[in-house]
Amino acid sequence: MSDYPSDLRYTKDHEWTKSAGGEVTVGITSFAVEQLGDITLVSLDVKPGDTVTAGKSFGTVESVKTLSDLFAPISGKVVRVNADLENKPEAVNEDCWKAWMIAIAPADAGAVAALLDATAYVAHVKESAH
Amino acid sequence: MSSSEQAVRRTPLYDSHVALGARMVPFAGWYMPVQYTGIVDEHQAVRTAAGLFDVSHMGELEMRGEYALQVVDYLVTNDVAKLVDGQALYTCCCNAKGLILDDLIIYRAAYDRFLVVCNASNREKIVKVFQNAAEHHCEFHDRSDETALIALQGPRAFEVLDRAGDDAAKLRELGSFRFRDGVVSGIRCTVARTGYTGEDGVEIFCAWNDAPALWGSLLELGKDLGVKPAGLGARDTLRLEARLSLYGNDIDETTNPIEAGLSWVVKMDKRDHGDFVGRAALDEVLNKPLARRLVGFEVTGRGIARHGYPLRDTAGKEVGICTSGSPAPTVGKNIGLGYLPAAMAEVGSRFLVDCRGKNVEAVVVRTPFYRRDGTSSASPKRGQQKEASR
Repeated sequence: MSDYPSDLRYTKDHEWTKSAGGEVTVGITSFAVEQLGDITLVSLDVKPGDTVTAGKSFGTVESVKTLSDLFAPISGKVVRVNADLENKPEAVNEDCWKAWMIAIAPADAGAVAALLDATAYVAHVKESAH
Repeated sequence: MSSSEQAVRRTPLYDSHVALGARMVPFAGWYMPVQYTGIVDEHQAVRTAAGLFDVSHMGELEMRGEYALQVVDYLVTNDVAKLVDGQALYTCCCNAKGLILDDLIIYRAAYDRFLVVCNASNREKIVKVFQNAAEHHCEFHDRSDETALIALQGPRAFEVLDRAGDDAAKLRELGSFRFRDGVVSGIRCTVARTGYTGEDGVEIFCAWNDAPALWGSLLELGKDLGVKPAGLGARDTLRLEARLSLYGNDIDETTNPIEAGLSWVVKMDKRDHGDFVGRAALDEVLNKPLARRLVGFEVTGRGIARHGYPLRDTAGKEVGICTSGSPAPTVGKNIGLGYLPAAMAEVGSRFLVDCRGKNVEAVVVRTPFYRRDGTSSASPKRGQQKEASR
């Protein structure tokens, strides 16, 4: 099983978040990528300025076989969208830790701290895998 | 574990799949490998080298006796009486309304012995149909639990067989939809030149307990040729590119063979016997303009069509349904099959696929989406496009 960076925070929906400079970038974890397989389409249905709500879909990622919703890990305002992924979805397979999807200005600065740390996420992955 | 999970069965190759690192999923009552290394990787292996598929979940029914031909011919839409020994055909099996109960391959082993291969998901239903029809007329045997089926598909399939024993030369001579008994890797098998991938190749029947040895041997013999195990995921993308119908997706008990583009397996004038189940209903269908047709399409906008997505006209009105859809690894596009009103079914006709609320542009295209162009000596004649099996 892949290593999960300890400086990130995670959701049970297999998204990662990275906090830096008052922004929270969001991507999907290596576990999610393994489950999906070859990713062929990333659709980000938000634009800078839009509001996202924790637990609500902000887009979809599709592989050959399946479609999976992308859920906002926290509530806030979208500040940036990684539009490159729309033309290069395979970047998510190549390195999911670099393939961020959106950056959010959190509505609540403490929201990220409430997400899973790497240890708790690894435990969650072990449960999900069985 | 719930009782429904306990009922899921294992093919003789279950342990082989697990050892190869397959992701196993329940499918039609069986644990089947959906993928090993990845759907695209396996798909490309089949198109460029060869892939090995476990299809032991499928049903094999034997009809024997002097009147076996008449019974089988009465149950299916294609003309079974035209078969010679060692020849097989693809057909639909319809109900009295002319709707599709299953699609089958019928093999004539001898004038009084026919093998019927049906979809795993339809086995119980088809067993009932054939068993009831056989009563007082011919023998019926369900051979499914003693028969394993392994498909070896791809341009290098026959190179693998060349290495698998002395019968290889005879197997190379098999024409499309021909079969014969032979010894492969020391195991007595029936080898048929059929498939469900759009590639050249064979499907190999063997005894249930011989399957692991045959599977292991073919993989080992083909390793340096690029042969890989391939799962249901790749099987689906391969068959879709070749526009082969999938029962439960593109055809089912709400569709008739004519609208599904399978009129080539409906023979209204059979040589042996006039009537067959569904004939009157299909005659009516043929004598009226078709309301809808199953078409192949390409998604030209940003989206992937999936089974069950609504199809809309350019004004946004719902007019049809997508029955199969996927990114197509060899074609390099997002493709699909779906039912559209006959007036919108012409090649070039533009419409919309409702991808979960987003209307994405699509266009009707010619099918198959993919056609192999290999013309090696081992390849069957061109013009055999209407091949199909599972």
